[in-house]
Amino acid sequence: MAYDTSDIRKGLKFMMDGSPYTVIEFQFVKPGKGAAFTRTKMKNLLTGAVLERNFRSGERLEEANVEIKTMQYLYREADSFVFMDTTSYDQVSIPEGTIGDSKDFMPENINVEVLFFENRAVGVTLPNFIEQKITETEPGFRGDTSTNTTKPAKISTGASVQVPLFINAGDVVKIDTRTGEYLERVGRA
Amino acid sequence: MSDDVQRLALRRPALEARARIRSALRRWFDDQGFLEVETPARVRAPGQEVHLDAIPSGDRWLITSPEYAMKRLVGAGYQRIVSMGKCWRAEERGPHHEPEFTMIEWYRAHAPLAGIADDCEALVRLAIEAAGAGQGTVLFGNGPFARVTVRDLWRDFAGVPLDGDESAPALADKARDAGVALGTATAWDDIFFQVWLDKIEPRLPALGPVFVFDWPAPLGALARRHPADPRLVERFELYAGGLELANAFGELTDAAEQRSRFQAETEARRSRGKAIYPVDEALLAALPAMPTTAGVALGFDRLVMLALGAPEIRAVLAFASDEI
Repeated sequence: MAYDTSDIRKGLKFMMDGSPYTVIEFQFVKPGKGAAFTRTKMKNLLTGAVLERNFRSGERLEEANVEIKTMQYLYREADSFVFMDTTSYDQVSIPEGTIGDSKDFMPENINVEVLFFENRAVGVTLPNFIEQKITETEPGFRGDTSTNTTKPAKISTGASVQVPLFINAGDVVKIDTRTGEYLERVGRA
Repeated sequence: MSDDVQRLALRRPALEARARIRSALRRWFDDQGFLEVETPARVRAPGQEVHLDAIPSGDRWLITSPEYAMKRLVGAGYQRIVSMGKCWRAEERGPHHEPEFTMIEWYRAHAPLAGIADDCEALVRLAIEAAGAGQGTVLFGNGPFARVTVRDLWRDFAGVPLDGDESAPALADKARDAGVALGTATAWDDIFFQVWLDKIEPRLPALGPVFVFDWPAPLGALARRHPADPRLVERFELYAGGLELANAFGELTDAAEQRSRFQAETEARRSRGKAIYPVDEALLAALPAMPTTAGVALGFDRLVMLALGAPEIRAVLAFASDEI
């Protein structure tokens, strides 16, 4: 199926130069005496690269055979991660390389969005925020706010997060998965 | 308070500045000896340009610009005329586009194109001053606006030379050399604008306010050929603050050449499945009576956007087309 430039909207997934892209932003532009164009900012769904292209009105865009499924992360195998489709209970195994750094903030049983391109899992998107119990950290010093206002703390995935000194092992903290940053404490040990 | 009422209340500073700018422009034209004229909104023969689509109105069309009627006035001996009124262009809606907008269009008989550029510069500074806070010199400094040519921009920003009479396939090769993806573009003007939008237009704001002169003949519309180089026409576009503000011609007064340009445009429209308009015979009849004339169409809404630093055209309108 082909799209027309008038179909362009945020989140539209289409093929270009052999790769699937999603539209991030778009804008009508028309240079004086020229044809109308849709200035489009798009992200390569496989590489994450962002680029801009001006599509002339009436150009056709090929639909991308892309699907996003919500799946639950079950457990880790030797060099892959196993997910389950929460509606069909189908399981899929995704190689460690495809998961990449996302594994740092992907605790067991979390729901993620898995991107399938031509029926092959090519990436996962974590929820923006997760709440995790601190498994390991040095005891902090109350009232010390002069230097070293943060310290490293581990969560169940093995990843390390910089947290304020008052956080103790067993506390539950909210983390922004996009930056790996501590946001706030949501539960005490 | 409804959303509409709230929105209208918030627009007040922009609408008041808009009115001040309009008054200042009117005074300027009056001082310069211009006669303000009004021409019909509904005509039998709207503009022929390939990429302009007129909005139908009963058995006529709404004007895309007052050009044809104003040239008939110039041909009848009116030497300095200005029109400030609404124009309509179908399907044009975006951050700088509204299907219904306000155009200021003026003509000077016996004047060179450069003189019209001087007018534009004066009006831009006047508009900024009228908007308040004296931002003119802060934005643009005291010196004159830059003047460059289309060829300069192709050479400097696209890295390829533009002749103006190369074939469309040859132009496509130049576009590919410049690293521009052409999609399905095969027509000369489509290739030109793909390069323009990809390589040139994004870099114009860094030049400050700039007049771009000497356009290639395929994009000549109603401008006369350059006496020194017939591959070019006497035309400029004024860009400022990332906005395309004005389009000006040393007007073509050769009726035979204008008729053949109209025919080419009609064929281009037909091949794209667009509506075909009748040719304006009254305009063609008036051309021989016109002296050497320069004229310009300036987007008034965009001028107000520039003066206020507004990011979108709807911010300077009481009602955008989807708010009425």
